[in-house]
Amino acid sequence: MEHIAVVGASLAGLRAVETLRREGFGGRLTLVGGEPHLPYDRPPLSKELLAGSWQHEEIVLRKVPYDELDVELRLGVLAAALDVGERTLTLADGTGLAWDGLVIATGATPRALPGVPTLEGLFTLRTIDDCLALRERLDAGPRVCVIGAGFMGAEVAATCRGRGLDVTVLEALPQPMVRGVGARLGEVLADLHRDHGVDLRCGVTVETIEGDGRVEQVQLAGGATVACDVVLVAIGVTPCAGWLEGSGLTLDDGIVCDETLLAAPGVVAAGDVCRWPNPLFDGESMRIEHWTNAAEQGVAAAQRLLRSGDAPAFAPVPFVWSDQYDVKIQSAGRFSGDGHMEVVHGTLGERRFVALFERTGRLSGVLAFSQPRRLMQYRRMIAERATFADALAFAAENG
Amino acid sequence: MKIVVDFDKCKSNAVCMGVAPEVFEVRDDNFLYLLQEEPGEDLRPKMEEAVRMCPTGAISIVG
Repeated sequence: MEHIAVVGASLAGLRAVETLRREGFGGRLTLVGGEPHLPYDRPPLSKELLAGSWQHEEIVLRKVPYDELDVELRLGVLAAALDVGERTLTLADGTGLAWDGLVIATGATPRALPGVPTLEGLFTLRTIDDCLALRERLDAGPRVCVIGAGFMGAEVAATCRGRGLDVTVLEALPQPMVRGVGARLGEVLADLHRDHGVDLRCGVTVETIEGDGRVEQVQLAGGATVACDVVLVAIGVTPCAGWLEGSGLTLDDGIVCDETLLAAPGVVAAGDVCRWPNPLFDGESMRIEHWTNAAEQGVAAAQRLLRSGDAPAFAPVPFVWSDQYDVKIQSAGRFSGDGHMEVVHGTLGERRFVALFERTGRLSGVLAFSQPRRLMQYRRMIAERATFADALAFAAENG
Repeated sequence: MKIVVDFDKCKSNAVCMGVAPEVFEVRDDNFLYLLQEEPGEDLRPKMEEAVRMCPTGAISIVG
């Protein structure tokens, strides 16, 4: 290969570029990014950076110079179109790039609330520019309303409480993240926020957001309103794959790849935009929107691109963490709220525990509050395909 | 090769312990302990992976 283009200049794209050079690729290398910034770390955007305790320079991902990567940086320009057959990439400024290897890591973009007017004080949060604009508004001491009690909404709520702001969180489901973690653990999350002074309202439907040019209130179905100055919409993300319509790639809520992350000959995908069957979980089709997956998948996709023959499957145990107030929430593997769950090591009430999840006799997932050591032990057991009975026996021996 | 952890940045996610339990250990007090500050060269690939996979960028390799 003579020219590899990496589209998407965040964690997965950067890890792909670094891996290509580390594995000895000596050809031309281009990194295309839609934002004007060098790759930076996104988790602090809802925590330290939003709190104001960190600044931009502290979240730069690569601390050593880019020179040694010998990569051509095309930042501040979105990719506009791809032709897999012709092996060409067109950027939004009209530039065309011919490639013979391509890594797509274009990430995801926040979902908007339908039917809501454009108002000052209405935010989504994905980029550092989003974060700094929101932070500036928070400096004025507004009443904050967060729509959506997933990880992003919950972290922003916690950060805003840490800044002493009045915070209301609106959640459509009966408990936060109930589909993912179930009602018992959802209630633990709800209590965590309520005990820290958040006005959490679950099972509510947002009709619209109202105001004369700027946010004044959120209108709920049934007639209730929430008076506020700032609204953060945190209702999930959509993979940035719209630009690939007609490219020749298969799209289905992300770019459909094989188990080695190959999307087409010479094309791999990584990060939030990548959908692939994970053989460790019986080939379950996954698309994962978290940091560790982006880091691991960026490496794996680059390695796949450099292999011509047989390549290993990408078969990780997905890992997620979230810091909220004084609690470290971590999970690994796969589970859902309607699955079989048992609490080991600690209790829900003290917010320090491990919850194990079963699927067809296997340990499929683990969720922990402030038990990082334990969590990693079970993550390893999931990778080793331990049975649920083995996991419970381990828990009993190591209580 | 010397392993340096910035304990102001470390948030005890224990990813490093998952990569190399012979070097990194998060204990029940939720603090990270370095079991070997100067691991042997045979561990370099694992140490580089720990650096890459640390969610807070708290680990570095000197030498």
